[in-house]
Amino acid sequence: MTSARIPRADEDARVVVVGASLAGLRGAESLRLAGHRGPLTIVGDEPHLPYDRPPLSKHVIAGEMAPDATTLPHRLDLDAAWRLGAGAAGLDRQARTIVLLDGERLPYDRLLIATGARARPWHDEAEGTLEGVFTLRGRDDAAALRAALAAAPKRVLIVGGGFIGCEVASVCRDLGLPVTLVDPLPAPLAKVLGLAVSGFLRDWIAAAGVEVRSNTGLRSLDGRDGRVVGATLDDGSTIAADVVVVALGAVPNTGWLEGSGLALESGALVCDGHARVRAQDDGLHPEIRAAGDVALWPHPLYDGRMVRLEHWGNAVAQGEYAGRALALGDGDRPAFAGMPEFWSNQFGVTIKLAGLTEGADSLAVVQGSLKDKRFLAVYGRAGRTVAALSVDCARWLPAYAEAIAAKAPFPPIANALDQPSRLGTLDPSWPTPPPEVSARG
Amino acid sequence: MFPSRKTSEMRVVVDLNRCQGYAQCCYAAPESFELRGAEILVYDPAPSAEHRGRIERAAQSCPVRAITVQADEPAAGAGR
Amino acid sequence: MADPTLFAQIKDPANRADPYPLYARLRGHPVLRQDDDSYLVSSHAAIRALLFDPRISSADLPPAHSPATGNPFKDWILRPIKDEIVTRHRPLIFRDPPDHDALRRIVMTQFTPERVHGMKARTQSLVDELLDRRRGGDAICVVEDLAYPLPVTVICEMLGVPPEDEPTFQGWATQLATALEPDARHDEETQKQTRTTFDAISAYMKDLIKEKRARPVDDMLSGLAAETPAGRMGDFDLIATAILLLVAGHETTVNLIANGMLTLLRHPDELERLRRDPERAPRLIEECLRYEPPVHFRTRKALCDIPVAGTVIPEGAAVALLFAAANRDPDRFTDPDRFDPDRADNQHFGFGGSLHYCLGAPLARIEAEIALVTLARRLKAPRLLDDPPPYRDGASLRGPKTLRVAIDGLV
Repeated sequence: MTSARIPRADEDARVVVVGASLAGLRGAESLRLAGHRGPLTIVGDEPHLPYDRPPLSKHVIAGEMAPDATTLPHRLDLDAAWRLGAGAAGLDRQARTIVLLDGERLPYDRLLIATGARARPWHDEAEGTLEGVFTLRGRDDAAALRAALAAAPKRVLIVGGGFIGCEVASVCRDLGLPVTLVDPLPAPLAKVLGLAVSGFLRDWIAAAGVEVRSNTGLRSLDGRDGRVVGATLDDGSTIAADVVVVALGAVPNTGWLEGSGLALESGALVCDGHARVRAQDDGLHPEIRAAGDVALWPHPLYDGRMVRLEHWGNAVAQGEYAGRALALGDGDRPAFAGMPEFWSNQFGVTIKLAGLTEGADSLAVVQGSLKDKRFLAVYGRAGRTVAALSVDCARWLPAYAEAIAAKAPFPPIANALDQPSRLGTLDPSWPTPPPEVSARG
Repeated sequence: MFPSRKTSEMRVVVDLNRCQGYAQCCYAAPESFELRGAEILVYDPAPSAEHRGRIERAAQSCPVRAITVQADEPAAGAGR
Repeated sequence: MADPTLFAQIKDPANRADPYPLYARLRGHPVLRQDDDSYLVSSHAAIRALLFDPRISSADLPPAHSPATGNPFKDWILRPIKDEIVTRHRPLIFRDPPDHDALRRIVMTQFTPERVHGMKARTQSLVDELLDRRRGGDAICVVEDLAYPLPVTVICEMLGVPPEDEPTFQGWATQLATALEPDARHDEETQKQTRTTFDAISAYMKDLIKEKRARPVDDMLSGLAAETPAGRMGDFDLIATAILLLVAGHETTVNLIANGMLTLLRHPDELERLRRDPERAPRLIEECLRYEPPVHFRTRKALCDIPVAGTVIPEGAAVALLFAAANRDPDRFTDPDRFDPDRADNQHFGFGGSLHYCLGAPLARIEAEIALVTLARRLKAPRLLDDPPPYRDGASLRGPKTLRVAIDGLV
């Protein structure tokens, strides 16, 4: 597909990065590190310079880190023009121009789209905007939630048992706040880790004092005088809570691209393996790359399955990949193949996952033990190692990440240290999809 | 613990995918890095400029080179 | 054709001053079998893979009555001691998870940042006192006058060994460190001496621990002898740990300081830069750890067949990880034979890696920084008198025996 390649950027080529995000920042840095000296403009809809999100759901809402302390370091002087607080309103790909919300038009020769994602809102807007109802995605969200937690609420209700929901629950317990976590699945984190593992996590979470209400959807958030007072579960029972955190995942920020002619799927920007964005007519735009949470792309490690990764590490690696490609051109650059990796700190442990668990049909605990809250578990799919989960076993993870990258047979490493003499293989036990509670509206 | 510091001149971020809890940064700059439990690294992303030497030592001593430091506050300039 | 005697050549004292050409030849075969069925691993990628591979063990201690292993620490220090101790009295450097991790966690509760930082001022005054003894002279020996006496005093004070016993400890530490060398001579006389030393230090530690339990003070041994947030150590483990901290923290630190100063004297511009700007020390020290590391290799055992770098290391094989060779791997480091403190991404194996990453690294860094910065500041017009200097026998714990420097006096 020679036509989809771009050459090295001209010295005066204008580069625009839409998204003052981690992926946008790392992309811009890579562009400069690769030697591009031309004009660079970075557009962000928030008034802030790029900041780090992982601390928001941990130390910022715990009150031990100021929200504005999270501004990210720059690896070099970017020499960029920043357009912060306006955001992009549209893309004219024929005229190669970005239109900002304030009407400014920014022509580009090369474009990086890194607009990320936003918190999925509660499906009922009136309920979701009650005072005391929060989502957590940006710095300002975290500052608002921090203020609410600091006001000693009588009970915090967390809607959604994903990683953000669990991290918030963990912080609430550290703060000594009563907290209830409601999730339609049988255990928190079950969607990503499977019930065989998340069943244990559920016990730890409960042991930390979180009231875990699994297998339960929410019928409504209930308010009085514009303030949330609790929620009604699917079975009609109610929970009184003065703070509600809606943690139902995120949706890509691509509203500004509607009508641009770029291909969107479930809101995500469809890309090829080189981060080139696709047009609705299936042509590629090699001068437009996308990186981070906004992009949907085929992962070579997983037979080209289309993935969208909301991972810190992916934002960094894909941003860098795209920035280099925009500066240096494609040449023989191989497709982007970054190992999916993320971490979470909650309830006193570090959880790390390498690879993708989706579709795994087998699971083996290869180091440590679940009951000790310290283990490494490996996921297999059709005889191949596809993911590895570490709970406080980070130093073993690289060996398993290499096995995943090498598409090694499952289980990949036997007769090892701190390992049962016979590796038992479990069923990861995926939950059946719950009735749609989160995606309405 | 890690307050907003308008006068701060430094920015730090740690790649916690890479971090394996060696805690060398906690020895180099104990007021800015702390290991909780076995592997939870908590750090000050905006350390005061007076700790510059210690932060540099933390970054240099990281066995997996996971620490990125910017010694000067990022600025949103007009650029070219 | 790969040379099956390369390890013997590396261990040959004749090659001690410059083993790096041998390492370069080795890297042509990153995983190389030797005549004795051991395997040498020399590339950065292969060592990294093995360090993080759970099929590699550090605990290849044989049962009490098994034949000699060739490793003097096990054969001549531990084996002859009664069975109970053989099975239980093992320092964590020779143990695997989960008990290695449990022991290490206990040690870490006492080897705290506060305690390590607390040694800074004392280390500075020790360095100055040691140098002051050479005031008026026209030469110093960096090893004998500074690098050798410093680490034992520092670790003794941290542990809580009374100052009057430090000279005795110095002797014990030297004796045991020599015995730890994989290539140490073990003639009958040395064996006997080593056993006597081990018995003496064990007995001493036992008494000292009893004393710390009776009258705990703010030092590491008192802390380790008590209940810690990570649990409590048994007496055997405690004695083994205390001896390990003494031995492991001794010659390694001597080497770090001596190799560091030797490197600076060979790069006078860097020595001058350090004199003007002590804040350059952290980068310098990391580069020293890459360029002239204190420990050149460590051995492990393969628990099963391990494929690495196109070779399969068979089950049971002894595996030597040549950290010093990996530190000069051109596939990992640009211009690896150049001493360049400004290099980016200096991910060296100067302190090993993974589970057994040097526990004392933070203390070693502080001692090296204070020693090198003070030497740079105080030595007037230092000139290296022997280049290369004479080296001690050890090929793994590699460092100069003496490092004589002519000076125009001390500042």
